[in-house]
Amino acid sequence: MQADELAQLTHSPPRLRGTFRVNGESREALYRPHVTLLELLREDLQLTGTKHGCELGECGACTVTVDGTPVLSCLVLAQAVEGQEIETIEGMADGPELHPLQEAFVEVGAAQCGYCTPGVLLAAEALLKETPAPTRHEIKLALSGNLCRCTGYIKIYEAIELAAARMRGESAEPVRETLYGY
Amino acid sequence: MGTREMAGQRGSGAVTGYAVIGSARPKTDAPGKVAGQTLFADDIVLPRMLWCKLLRSPHPHARIISIDASKALALPGVEAVLTGADTPIPFGILPVSQDEHALCPDVVRFVGDPVAAVAAIDEETALAACGLIEVVYEPLPAIGSVDDAAAMPAPQLHDYADEGNWHKLVHLQFGEIEEGFARADLVREDLFLYEGNTHLPMEQHASIAHATPDGRVTIWSSTQTPHYLHRALSKVLDLPPARIRVIATPNGGGFGGKSDPFNHEIVVAKLSQVTGRPVKIGLTREEVFYCHRGRHQALMKIRTGVTKEGAITAMDFESYLDGGAYGSYGVASLYYTGALQTVTYDVPTYRFRGARAFTNKPPGGPKRGHGTTQPRFAVEVHLDKIAEQLQIDPADLRLKHLVKPDAVTANWLQLGTVGLEACIHKVVEGSRWKDRFRKLPYGRGLGLACSSYITGAGLPIYWNDMPHSGAQVKCDRGGGVTIFCGSIDIGQGSESVLAYVTAEVLGIEPADVKVITADTDLTPVDLGSYSSRVTLMTGQAAMQAASRVRDLIATAVATKLDVPVDRLVFGGGRVFDAQDPDIGLTFREAVGAAEAKHGTLGAVGSYTPPRSPGRYRGAGVGPSAAYSYSAAVAEVEVDPDTGIVRVPTIWIGHDIGQCINPALVMGQVEGGVYMGLGEALMEEMAYREKLGSVHKWPSMLEYKSPTTMEMCDVITYLIEDPDPNGPFGAKEAGQGPLNPVMPAIANAIYDAVGVRIDEVPLSAPKVLKAIQAKAKGKDARYGPAGTPTVPWPERTYVRTPAQGGDGRT
Repeated sequence: MQADELAQLTHSPPRLRGTFRVNGESREALYRPHVTLLELLREDLQLTGTKHGCELGECGACTVTVDGTPVLSCLVLAQAVEGQEIETIEGMADGPELHPLQEAFVEVGAAQCGYCTPGVLLAAEALLKETPAPTRHEIKLALSGNLCRCTGYIKIYEAIELAAARMRGESAEPVRETLYGY
Repeated sequence: MGTREMAGQRGSGAVTGYAVIGSARPKTDAPGKVAGQTLFADDIVLPRMLWCKLLRSPHPHARIISIDASKALALPGVEAVLTGADTPIPFGILPVSQDEHALCPDVVRFVGDPVAAVAAIDEETALAACGLIEVVYEPLPAIGSVDDAAAMPAPQLHDYADEGNWHKLVHLQFGEIEEGFARADLVREDLFLYEGNTHLPMEQHASIAHATPDGRVTIWSSTQTPHYLHRALSKVLDLPPARIRVIATPNGGGFGGKSDPFNHEIVVAKLSQVTGRPVKIGLTREEVFYCHRGRHQALMKIRTGVTKEGAITAMDFESYLDGGAYGSYGVASLYYTGALQTVTYDVPTYRFRGARAFTNKPPGGPKRGHGTTQPRFAVEVHLDKIAEQLQIDPADLRLKHLVKPDAVTANWLQLGTVGLEACIHKVVEGSRWKDRFRKLPYGRGLGLACSSYITGAGLPIYWNDMPHSGAQVKCDRGGGVTIFCGSIDIGQGSESVLAYVTAEVLGIEPADVKVITADTDLTPVDLGSYSSRVTLMTGQAAMQAASRVRDLIATAVATKLDVPVDRLVFGGGRVFDAQDPDIGLTFREAVGAAEAKHGTLGAVGSYTPPRSPGRYRGAGVGPSAAYSYSAAVAEVEVDPDTGIVRVPTIWIGHDIGQCINPALVMGQVEGGVYMGLGEALMEEMAYREKLGSVHKWPSMLEYKSPTTMEMCDVITYLIEDPDPNGPFGAKEAGQGPLNPVMPAIANAIYDAVGVRIDEVPLSAPKVLKAIQAKAKGKDARYGPAGTPTVPWPERTYVRTPAQGGDGRT
């Protein structure tokens, strides 16, 4: 094999210059045209809070929202979402104040290893924007694309219900059985 | 449930006398995790970092004739290529199974075995370079199953195997089983198969190594066992441990799957040495399936003698494990399939024969419940059948024949507290068992099963007489406390436990305790996050270290306040006189007084489990400082037209000894039930045996695991009966609660539709076949039919405690 043939193997088309709206900020990037939103976030913008478990759209760990809708960032080309409002886990808190969902996840132990947590939180945030008082079944449907291997999902449901109540202005506390059993 | 009375309040101190222990509170690392700030291994980026990719074997078994990497090396951006010749020193987790190489030197043993590694400026270049490496293989006959291994003693996969391709053969007998069988009113024999399955952690393994010009190597890795990785790296790199620093990053799920030292970890270290640049690898999901080390496929035969009251007189157990291509933890896994049959119900005489085969598949290893999960399925379904034959309620059968607390079992395991009775009562009441078992309409059923698990292995992986866990506490004169410990948090909350224990002893808030873990340069050795050992062992080490610091502080405060030392109380962020709480110092003032008196303030603590009374060869697997107990009732709905099983609810009681943090225990129990549900209904490692044992579905989509739509409701009861060996009485919760789930569901399927599925997973096609067989009047069972022929070694005979044995012969 000749050197020019070898060079072709690693040849990349010219990089694109783009402006992305991420967590309310404008971020410029010079990026390869074939990168996914996941790669752009993690590798070009150093937003490593977005996780990956398969890079095939199977696990939900890379969930972010685009214009408020949850998407699997591993299946979205970066160039397809230029100019749209992207939210990642880094943008969920309000400055030093955690989002009520993040607070509730901490409080009831909905994050064990924490690896699926960013994706689950963004899927949950999108759910609560549309459905402020979801039933347990609606929560299950909204999270049916997010795998979690630690929790069995139960603490996640309970945290979302707790946060939803608080976001509706109710003064809610974790139920006794959540923390101590029956 | 006395301690449950105050449940719902912050701080159960009112009942237990503890300020921190026993009350639900957030995990110390949770805020970082919900904010996306926790750095997992793949989140770490270093300047000038190279990317590594591995070239893996497409053959299940082949000799490597030649490797030509010249084209890969010529590719612009490629910095180095390694082959087996660069990593000639073998390694493996067990000293008796040093049979792995970072890169295969001469023979590949499964599809996915690595033969070459590339370091390049980016991942795409590294991948392209792998495609340019030319490897010539000479295919060898492949072993696809335990039956193949039995039929094909040569060529051997490894020459150190006990016999042919039987990696390990075990034959242990405790007492006179034939006398036991002769006393029995009923002798029943059953065969079971437990398909292998895998951990499927959400985080794919990742490592980044940096060899620096001072001759040192640092590696950040998603490992559950930084200490064992440290040892393996030292061996293969031929570098003193003092020059290697292993930093375990928080694991994005482990479940046992990150407990071995892995070839990719050694490869990136070597590549960094060769290139002088940091080198990173992040495995694809497919590669994670090749790492495996998950649940062994186990074929099991169990024969039990019982009296008509259901008392066990003898048990004879055989297990046949598909070990895959390497030893891994396999010898321990094999012994575990015979170890814990005796710790739930009284088994006066017992025999265990076990065989682990080498096959050309990814290696089996430890998955949550390590080696005890498969036999527990067999024992609990077998007992359900016995209960039916004897016409005894399965709950009553178990309750009548429980082991006694503090007993020594026939196989010489020293038990401690046993909370199984309370667990059974709770799930029986909660599920309204007495009203509903055998009384539900066709298609719905209830099933019950129990289990037990070790709270930490009694012996380390490699023989030594040093502590299993160490901790160091340092006090800052500002009142802050730092604890250093070698354990790594894999999501179970081990970091939090260190903070809670330290805070409890020193009378401060967990938020005032900084925890530094799993860095071999900074932290005392802890053997790792496996065998449900961490809460008990690091908890004890932390207690000792913190208590020693407390004593130093107390002597200084006693002098300063002129109060006897034994009257001082540490609590509420103060050190004060128990007789006159107004007389005291703040914790910060107390630390200052102690530093003035003693100098820089710190202490170490360590823990070694008690010695087991068993002394026979093989007695090293099974002993533990404490055993947890669980009981579960599963409710199922079976569709007789499709065989599809739905599980609406599982009730589970878990004997935790003492909760350090009940919210974390709840999380472990629910997570264990979840993983058990997945194993019961869908999870399996499957191979295309006719196509060279290639993995059938190395992806998260096709390797089915439960989503929110399959997960059941879980009603959890925590039983507290503090065990004297646990820190504040705590026992394990991470593994035990998984074990009763599969047999409870299998027993419930029988209650629902009258068929026995003696094979895990209990998937729809099997259920349907059994239902159809029953309708035709055939055997209403789906399961294995026979066992392979094995050249069993001569038995090791050990007299039981009841025979006045010495634990040795």
